[in-house]
Amino acid sequence: MSDERTLDLLEAKIRELQELNKIDGMDLHAEITKLEAKLEDLRVALYADLSDWDRVKIARHAKRPYACDYFENVFTDFYELHGDRFAGDDRALVTGLARLDNKPVVVMGQQKGRSTEENKERFFGMPRPQGYRKAQRILRLAERFDLPVISLVDTAGAYPGLESESGNIGGAIAQNLALMSHLRVPIVVCVVGEGGSGGALAIGVGDRILMLENATFSVISPEGAAAILWKDKERIREAAEALQLTAGKLLELGLIDEVIPEPLGGAHKDWPSVFESVRTALIRHIDQMESIPRDQLVESRYLRYRGIGEFRTLAEA
Amino acid sequence: MPIFRDREYLRVELEKSQDESLWMQCKACGELVFKRRVRENNNICPNCGEYFFLTAPERIESLIDEGTFVDISQPIVAGDPLGFVDSKPYPERIEAVQERTGLPSAILIATAEMDEMAVLMAVMDFRFVGGSMGSVVGEQMCYGMEQAMERGIPFILISSSGGARIQEGMYSLMQMAKTAAVRERLAARHVPFISVMAYPTTGGVQASIASLGDIIIAERGALIGFAGRRVIRDTTGEDLPANFQTDTFAFERGFIDRVVNRENLRGELIHVVRFFQRAEKRD
Repeated sequence: MSDERTLDLLEAKIRELQELNKIDGMDLHAEITKLEAKLEDLRVALYADLSDWDRVKIARHAKRPYACDYFENVFTDFYELHGDRFAGDDRALVTGLARLDNKPVVVMGQQKGRSTEENKERFFGMPRPQGYRKAQRILRLAERFDLPVISLVDTAGAYPGLESESGNIGGAIAQNLALMSHLRVPIVVCVVGEGGSGGALAIGVGDRILMLENATFSVISPEGAAAILWKDKERIREAAEALQLTAGKLLELGLIDEVIPEPLGGAHKDWPSVFESVRTALIRHIDQMESIPRDQLVESRYLRYRGIGEFRTLAEA
Repeated sequence: MPIFRDREYLRVELEKSQDESLWMQCKACGELVFKRRVRENNNICPNCGEYFFLTAPERIESLIDEGTFVDISQPIVAGDPLGFVDSKPYPERIEAVQERTGLPSAILIATAEMDEMAVLMAVMDFRFVGGSMGSVVGEQMCYGMEQAMERGIPFILISSSGGARIQEGMYSLMQMAKTAAVRERLAARHVPFISVMAYPTTGGVQASIASLGDIIIAERGALIGFAGRRVIRDTTGEDLPANFQTDTFAFERGFIDRVVNRENLRGELIHVVRFFQRAEKRD
């Protein structure tokens, strides 16, 4: 979105005029109002028609709220729990206890870093096997004490490296999928940023799948698809369109349940409003499921996943 | 003799006669070998022992009692839910590969007997879009597991897959969750699930159903892992050991129960199936 620079320039210009306006004898009010109106028009025009690739970039925006920001602001009494009890504590996947609307819940989510230092510690939000195994431990804890699970998805994918592969990252993901498919408590998944492939799905199985408006969920990154299918890393825009990875398209396909609107330009523009929207949606879904008998809950979840697939049926010959 | 049930969309014959040449060159030792010898030798090079790739029908033939194969695959073929076009439209890609392989999809679901014991088999074919898992593969696997439950016979999955099928986008990713969910039902019903990882078992298939077997057996020479070498190198710049994601790599780290030579696979599967048959009788 190189046009965003025009917005930045205009904003800077307005600030400059406002400073000048403070100087005695200068009345720039008319000028400022005109520019502000122009800025608003530009902003609406720019963000009204976002391409899928634009949304991928917003989903990855460095100033977007991350999982821990939600844990601290949407919930109360967030109390982090660490470690898989075996290999270590994966800082890329944060788990803990919290209260939502004063009710106890279990939370988990992938956490990206804000600085180079933090990203080193958090592996850029890409979990290793110990992260998924920590999630398993926390899911079992939730089931034992009949606590709803809220899982916030935001990862480019599971960490691809020797350490991950040595720890059977694929096996860890598989076990998460199996566990979440039949866990006897309500699970609400909200994709708040990037939903990158198996590493995202590994904490993304549930009774309700929500996505923020500019979040993405995809079998492969547009970069990966461009490289593999088009053999051309430059064709990421085309790949992003083809994959149908935006919240809006996935809702149309019936693969997710709800799209949570974001402020104009993306969640990074106004954190408090995003927290409020997410909070309202989570409370609504958790409340809806509270009284559903657990057998029925698990059965509905099973039928939901069992039914996913699009194919052509041929007449018997 | 065609061993597959005769269906309009499914004309699979074991004797592929398109290729008329009698000799082939082994990619490992470079030796020219007699094709029929190779076939009779489980597609293993008689000179150096290199494994040649097995198609799904060849794999089934190599494992089951002769004449016991019944294709029970659902009569479904890939849709095009995303209207996906890369270098060609997805439906054209599917048609071309159906034509080339004679298979309706990347998987066959069958009942068969092994040493006179009934089994349910799901066998993937790597020739079919890299054995990738989209809606059809996921659905067939689930149907196979459900049939195994209904018939009370062991479920044997033989994977040969690069992972999820990109062209079906999120539908493909969701098949990982779907197959894992049905697998849980299989477990609840105490139906044995033997997962055989053949070359290659990677990506979304390794990170779902293939890793969830009660018993996991790798065929010697299998490639087993989640992320590909190239992705890892591009992301981390790490130097990867020569045995990275090989059968021994997976075995030494405890991902799998056993590594089995191709010629012994039938025998080992029979052993395990018989064991569980006896185990069931006890309760």
